[in-house]
Amino acid sequence: MSTAPTATQTLPTPRPAGGEAPAQEPLTPLHQPLLHESGLKHTSGEARYVDDLPAPAGMLLCHVITSPHAHARLTRRDATKARAVPGVHAIYFAEDVPGLNDVGPVIHDEPLFATHEVLFMGQSIGVVVAETYDACRAAAKLVELDFEPLPAITTIDQAIAQNMWLSEPHVMRRGDADAELWKSDVKLEGEVRTGGQDHFYLETQATLALPEEDGSLRLLCSTQHPSEVQAIVSHVLHVGRHLVTVEVPRMGGGFGGKETQAAPFAAMAALAARNLRRPVKIWLNRDQDMAQTGKRHPFLTRYQAGFSKTGELKALKLETYSDGGFSNDLSRAILDRALFHSDNTYFVPALFFTGRVAKTHLPSNTAFRGFGGPQGMAVIETIMSRAAEVLQLEPAEVRRRNFYSEAPRNVTPYYQEVRHDRMPRLWDELLKSSDYFARKAAIETFNQGQKHAKRGLAITPVKFGISFTTSFLNQAGALVVLYADGTVQLNHGGTEMGQGLHTKMLAICAHELGISPRDVRAMNTATDKVPNTSATAASSGTDLNGAAVKVACETLRERLKPVAARLLGVPAASTSDILFAGGKVFLQSRPELALPFAQVTQAAYLAQVSMSATGFYKTPDIHYDKAAGRGKPFHYFAYGAAVSEVELSGLTGEHRLRRVDILHDVGASLVPTIDRGQVEGGFIQGVGWLTCEEVLFDDKGYLLTHSPDTYKIPAFGDAPADFRVSLLEGAPQPDVIHGSKAVGEPPLMLALSVVAALRHAVAAFGKPGAHVDLKMPCTPEALLTAVDLVRSA
Amino acid sequence: MNRLRFNLNGRWVEEPKLSPTTTLLRYLRDRLSLTGTKEGCAEGDCGACTVAIAEAGLDGKPQWRAVNSCLVLMPMVQGKTVLTVEALRAGDGTYHPAQEAMAKALGSQCGYCTPGIVMALFEATYRPDIKREAWKLDDQLCGNLCRCTGYRPIRTAAEQVAGSCPKDRFAEGLSAAAPQSMELRLETEGQKFFTPVRMGALWDVLDFAPEARFVVGGTDLSLEITKKFAKPALLVSLEGIPELKRLEETEAGFRIGAGAVVSDLEVWATSRLPSLARMARYFGARQIKHRGTVGGNLCNASPIGDLAPALISLGASVVLASRAGERRLKLEDFFVGYRKTALQPKEILAFVEVPRPGPSTRAVTYKVSKRRELDISTVAAGFLVELGAGGEVIRAQLAFGGMAATPKRAVKTEAALLGQPWSAATIDGAVPKLAEDFTPMTDHRGSAGYRAKVAANLLRGFFEETSLGPSPVLQPLHAGTVQTYGPVG
Repeated sequence: MSTAPTATQTLPTPRPAGGEAPAQEPLTPLHQPLLHESGLKHTSGEARYVDDLPAPAGMLLCHVITSPHAHARLTRRDATKARAVPGVHAIYFAEDVPGLNDVGPVIHDEPLFATHEVLFMGQSIGVVVAETYDACRAAAKLVELDFEPLPAITTIDQAIAQNMWLSEPHVMRRGDADAELWKSDVKLEGEVRTGGQDHFYLETQATLALPEEDGSLRLLCSTQHPSEVQAIVSHVLHVGRHLVTVEVPRMGGGFGGKETQAAPFAAMAALAARNLRRPVKIWLNRDQDMAQTGKRHPFLTRYQAGFSKTGELKALKLETYSDGGFSNDLSRAILDRALFHSDNTYFVPALFFTGRVAKTHLPSNTAFRGFGGPQGMAVIETIMSRAAEVLQLEPAEVRRRNFYSEAPRNVTPYYQEVRHDRMPRLWDELLKSSDYFARKAAIETFNQGQKHAKRGLAITPVKFGISFTTSFLNQAGALVVLYADGTVQLNHGGTEMGQGLHTKMLAICAHELGISPRDVRAMNTATDKVPNTSATAASSGTDLNGAAVKVACETLRERLKPVAARLLGVPAASTSDILFAGGKVFLQSRPELALPFAQVTQAAYLAQVSMSATGFYKTPDIHYDKAAGRGKPFHYFAYGAAVSEVELSGLTGEHRLRRVDILHDVGASLVPTIDRGQVEGGFIQGVGWLTCEEVLFDDKGYLLTHSPDTYKIPAFGDAPADFRVSLLEGAPQPDVIHGSKAVGEPPLMLALSVVAALRHAVAAFGKPGAHVDLKMPCTPEALLTAVDLVRSA
Repeated sequence: MNRLRFNLNGRWVEEPKLSPTTTLLRYLRDRLSLTGTKEGCAEGDCGACTVAIAEAGLDGKPQWRAVNSCLVLMPMVQGKTVLTVEALRAGDGTYHPAQEAMAKALGSQCGYCTPGIVMALFEATYRPDIKREAWKLDDQLCGNLCRCTGYRPIRTAAEQVAGSCPKDRFAEGLSAAAPQSMELRLETEGQKFFTPVRMGALWDVLDFAPEARFVVGGTDLSLEITKKFAKPALLVSLEGIPELKRLEETEAGFRIGAGAVVSDLEVWATSRLPSLARMARYFGARQIKHRGTVGGNLCNASPIGDLAPALISLGASVVLASRAGERRLKLEDFFVGYRKTALQPKEILAFVEVPRPGPSTRAVTYKVSKRRELDISTVAAGFLVELGAGGEVIRAQLAFGGMAATPKRAVKTEAALLGQPWSAATIDGAVPKLAEDFTPMTDHRGSAGYRAKVAANLLRGFFEETSLGPSPVLQPLHAGTVQTYGPVG
């Protein structure tokens, strides 16, 4: 499989906002407003996804046999009749798995196929492999399954009450939180719930498994984690990983949903392909995908917070629970990250946080952009809003007052020092550029003149820790292949799901070799090019893989320098003076003697120089001791803030986003056009989570919202009418690839500003200081309920 | 005609052996490997499968229309011209303006929704009316979900190309793309699909096969095929009969053909029946409105069909036709139970008749849903009051969707308004009667309590909104269904 030549530069690059288009191609593509490397292919339909690949001869299709119960004993499985359906080639159950019948990514608690007990509605029991989907479905109907239903736990509250857990408590503490609460002027108590969220990647889970020689397999898989798919397929099939190659063409969206949850389906296709010696594709339709895969973890947090009269946070106690679903998946790390972000940008002098993953009979909840961070931040932002409401202070000032600052107010609840803190600067710049205070005053006037429509305005901050909190995962590799004609194939361990990683890697690679991105081709991510990779997750794709690409390019450059020196007729000792830029190789002191890059590579080939190089990077100096609740889990923090203005109808609870201003810190942006897209898209995805997206199960554990008919992600008209996004200027980040910062997840949490603004609008329907009780997601019903509460107060 | 014949990307194609319930999407992907068109949901809720079909507009001239290929059954393209995303790029590699604008604006990230968005933008490119009101761009694109971009760059691209009406090969091709007769009698592997083009032929089919199921745009029926994998044995399409599509003014008012699509109705009703046009604005999305019909929306008798409360409030009657002749029923009497109508075997809903509203009539429709666009209503309402010379209510027609098993009038609430002055006090007196008219239910769209509260608030909003004028229009950037802005009191 290969990607067609990149289209990155076949169109003139768009002009930077307010600037003139460069007259000619800049010397380096880095920090330039590039197009998405696949943009034109996306628009023409040429871009291929797994399900678009031409069907190989003899390809078979899969249909997963799933549990109709949330919790039951599975007493009998009989596929005799089903196997007789014409076109059916196989039906596999647990006993057909040659290796380990488990697909749990961290802890082996997730069977590929259920055996004696089913633990959620939609759990895989077996798989039908047939020539057509019609045959698959006909056979699936004839599979005989007997169940003895057992009591099912379908809410986090039931799980807590029944002591059903997937983890031990994770505890963070500092000072004497109880004593400080007691001494506080104002004590706030309450609970915050945040809901699930379906990833709703437009491309559902898909894998094409191709049997090759020696019992080996090649899998074309829509996954953020090809190495883990490879590992899981290997142990399911009981073969070495050298016999399994996983390749990712591109994903039609991932958002965390294809980090661990691609593997079970890939394993089914792999099992069938290896047994039947035929190509086998598995592809879930939308309803299957939504019912069978996990989502963002719903959280319940009970809090007690102590504030001074002036709005200074004195103490905070949190008791946090997440709904892990039936198995661990990544739930523990997600809960950890929720706790790591329960401070957001605020210094908490005295604290006691506990967090624990509850077990329910629901699909296993999994990674979703933010990975617990949004759930943690939603709690502290609710508390900050409430403190301002209760104390009748300006919320922007209450928040500002509690920001991290000089020692000792610069230490997080997990004892990492906050360094390179951009928050105060960013906050003040955004307050000014968004005209916050003048607009707030105008809104008060508007609200006084309206009976059924009220507006709200709020600013909220984001501080997001960058690194996998499982420290060893912070590593990446690259393989850069240079041909004699000076063109390059670029392989790295990261996967492209739309976020623009390939575009950034192309820019880095082209910059390091001093050539045009047109001469570099980003290859499909594949485990036979870069082994043992980490997931493209935790916003880390660019930081880790970019650094590895840079190392590989540096190695190649060093090998080319002696060749260039010879061609330039200078002593080999002067190689430190040789530069690569603009498609040329030259001496810094004598740029007029520049050699075309291709001349150097051709000469290097003839001189028997190795033209491929690997690069490797690991993040230095990160560690965390979970038992002690202490460490330095993050390499650095990404910052941002958003000002949102809403209008709310007091008759129906409907609202509209009138204007959003965002200032986000991406360091020295590698590709500002791509980064802006991540900020805008992440924000709207967060808005969806907090407003219109509602995952609902009935009390039997049946997912009521299993298609876009009933599950509503934001549509075109839900984006703010006026959307102003800026990247923080002049803020390169030390010790990160070319001064940049991670951007994938942090902007999602900027959407909390919408909830804060909605609270402001709700409050405007009542008397000053009326208690706002607004549930998330802020659906029209939740909002109207909150409005009626403040009206009746 | 017993062969399926249509024009795809500039070539005429014949398909003699195709199951009539094959969707256009599956045909494109599975048979032709035209994989630019994607399946995102197979229910018309995401737009990833959008293609363009040349259809006759209200003026009779062909125009490009974006439709959901996942809901189009192959016999429905009989005689028509279809374009997929693969047709847009010219032979010399030049991209269509919609493609170029999307790429330059970084309107794609993962790219999976992009071909569908490009095809929605393709229609927009050739729409001369799209720039007249700001909401039309939202309306054009709200049938396309994007999970990555947050839509801002797509809006940027859309603003560049929408309404640009280039005189290119696609504009020129339209004149040649005038839809031909849709007549078809298709029989494949025990499945039959008939598209008569004259009423007489329709009655013949029904005499021969009274058990036939009717279909027009397929936006509802196709879900049985794409979601429940049903294979109906016999479908009779009413799409080929021209008189069923007509929208006409009559002496007494208006006659709406059951086969008229909602997008045509929306334009036609804007100046004639503004409250109906307002409901059409939030009906499905552009792609759905191009296929969904008035008759289809009424005949599926869903309690949450949006046109029913709008039409009931306008005093509409349905004309039911059979070989024996026509009969008329008030629309509210057409719905006899949950998803049940008064239609008899061998009878069709042919027209909807709406009396011309009197001079002091106030009529508004409302739709409240979890998401403003492309959603199913939690509560929908159509309200009409007519005032007498003394300002008293002489006619009150209040209809709700989502409040009962069928679209239904609030009879007791209406009675409380009649003879009373049109005032806030009258509304306050009438609102409690809603609880006697309706016992709504709780489901994933909203609780019973919310529905009841919203129904009452909509009635209040109706009064406030119409106290200034008879037929208020939607305001840009409105926060809610009810357009109440202005000084308190």
